[in-house]
Amino acid sequence: MKEQIPTPIPDLDSATYWEAAHRHEFLLQRCNSCERFRFYPRSHCPHCFSGSFRWQRAAGRGTVYSFTIIHKAPSPGFSDKLPYVLALIDLVEGVRMMTNIIECRPDDVEIGMSVEVVFEDLNDKISLPQFRPVSR
Amino acid sequence: MRDPFNRSAAIVGVSESECGRGVALTPLQHQAMAARKALDDAGLQKSDVDAVMTTDVIGLPSLMLAEYLAIRPRFTDTTVTGGSAFVLFVERAALAIAAGLCEVVLITYGSSLWSDRHRFSTEAVDPRMPSAQFEFPYGDLSPISAYSLAAMRHMHEYGTTSEQLAAVAVASRQWAMRNPGALLREPITVADVIDSPMVASPFHKLDCCLMTDGGGAVVVTSAERAKDLRRPPVYLLGSGFSTTHMTIPQMKDLTISGAVESGRLAFARAGLTPRDIDVVQIYDSFTFSVILALEDLGFCEKGRGGEFVEAGHIGPGGDLPTNTSGGGLSYTHPGALGIFLVIEAVRQLRGDCGERQVPDAQRALVHGIGGWLSAHATLVLAR
Repeated sequence: MKEQIPTPIPDLDSATYWEAAHRHEFLLQRCNSCERFRFYPRSHCPHCFSGSFRWQRAAGRGTVYSFTIIHKAPSPGFSDKLPYVLALIDLVEGVRMMTNIIECRPDDVEIGMSVEVVFEDLNDKISLPQFRPVSR
Repeated sequence: MRDPFNRSAAIVGVSESECGRGVALTPLQHQAMAARKALDDAGLQKSDVDAVMTTDVIGLPSLMLAEYLAIRPRFTDTTVTGGSAFVLFVERAALAIAAGLCEVVLITYGSSLWSDRHRFSTEAVDPRMPSAQFEFPYGDLSPISAYSLAAMRHMHEYGTTSEQLAAVAVASRQWAMRNPGALLREPITVADVIDSPMVASPFHKLDCCLMTDGGGAVVVTSAERAKDLRRPPVYLLGSGFSTTHMTIPQMKDLTISGAVESGRLAFARAGLTPRDIDVVQIYDSFTFSVILALEDLGFCEKGRGGEFVEAGHIGPGGDLPTNTSGGGLSYTHPGALGIFLVIEAVRQLRGDCGERQVPDAQRALVHGIGGWLSAHATLVLAR
């Protein structure tokens, strides 16, 4: 049997994000008061504390802020992926998120490289936003 | 800045329980044994204790501890700030004593981490928490990957090298070789660290702290009460705390930690500067943690921490003896190191450290780091 990896359980803050991801759409929350984006989803703006926001389709592009090549699986489900790249990326909307950098050799990943979103279907309900190098 | 403590509180008793791998003690037994020894060290009785502080035990930790030891405290604290909590508790103890809420505070920690073969498990986290939704699905290797991401960024910005990270592990081992209580006492070289298996780049196995069993206890009381006790008091001169984030993606700049603020507060309240410190204890969860904290606490310039440790300042014979017990990298690490940093600082200031004693150590700095570089607690202590 294939080992499972931890699958997100959407909550009241994140349901819209995960529903969109399931449709392979990448949405971010944007504050209606100060117009800044935020990640991860939450009820109030971390900048101006407004509770009013909208979901907006994001560019799905960013740059690698830092990365680490993982050689030890955190749980059995990751064993067959080793080694893999865990990264923090800065999206063009000004927020940072964790992701894997996929569709390239781990040794080819560099800080500052441009990446774009691609969706990985974990099961019939959850698709995970992942990032790959922007092809030149 | 106003000094809230002004030598009003002192650490008067310290002890480990029994540290190592395969120690046949439960977490509560570790705490009871350490408490017994620390109170003996202080020359105090259990009946003198009127406050307890601990965390990281399942359930209601301070109530469980008090019941197990049969103490009826009038003050408890269970603030959960990861491994920094047991450093922070010294500040909390001094605060409660200064306010007259209690007089003798017992701080304990105990863990059977090694015997339970337990590591940080994603299963222990509520699946709705942000980390469970936005980190674990990506194979986040907590807590190692949080620190390795920070180290990679530091290397990118400042040219810090794997050899410089390794120099921290080598210095720790050199100290551990002088500590009969340390788990690992075989000499190692920079090459040994770099040749050890890669865990999460840039961290090799020997860049990462140990997993052991162990416990510790620290007794804090008023300066007045401390005068007549068995051992020379070690006074709290200043303390500082700061938390900047919980999860690593939310840390704004991975090369600047909350140690900047906690260190600034601790030095200002003590009326001292890094130059006044004789011996340093920093939570070395990873080699990089020490480099980052030395920079952020002001012991060297931002970005120069790698060169600083490579130049030999922190090892035996260096001018900034750091982690003199061997730290989490070589001495012990039963899940949270904070209390052992305090214990070693007190022993250095008392002159109890034998072969690893820093000559005439007058002032010590203790820096605890909790979570994912999340929570920082700094103490300045003096005899």
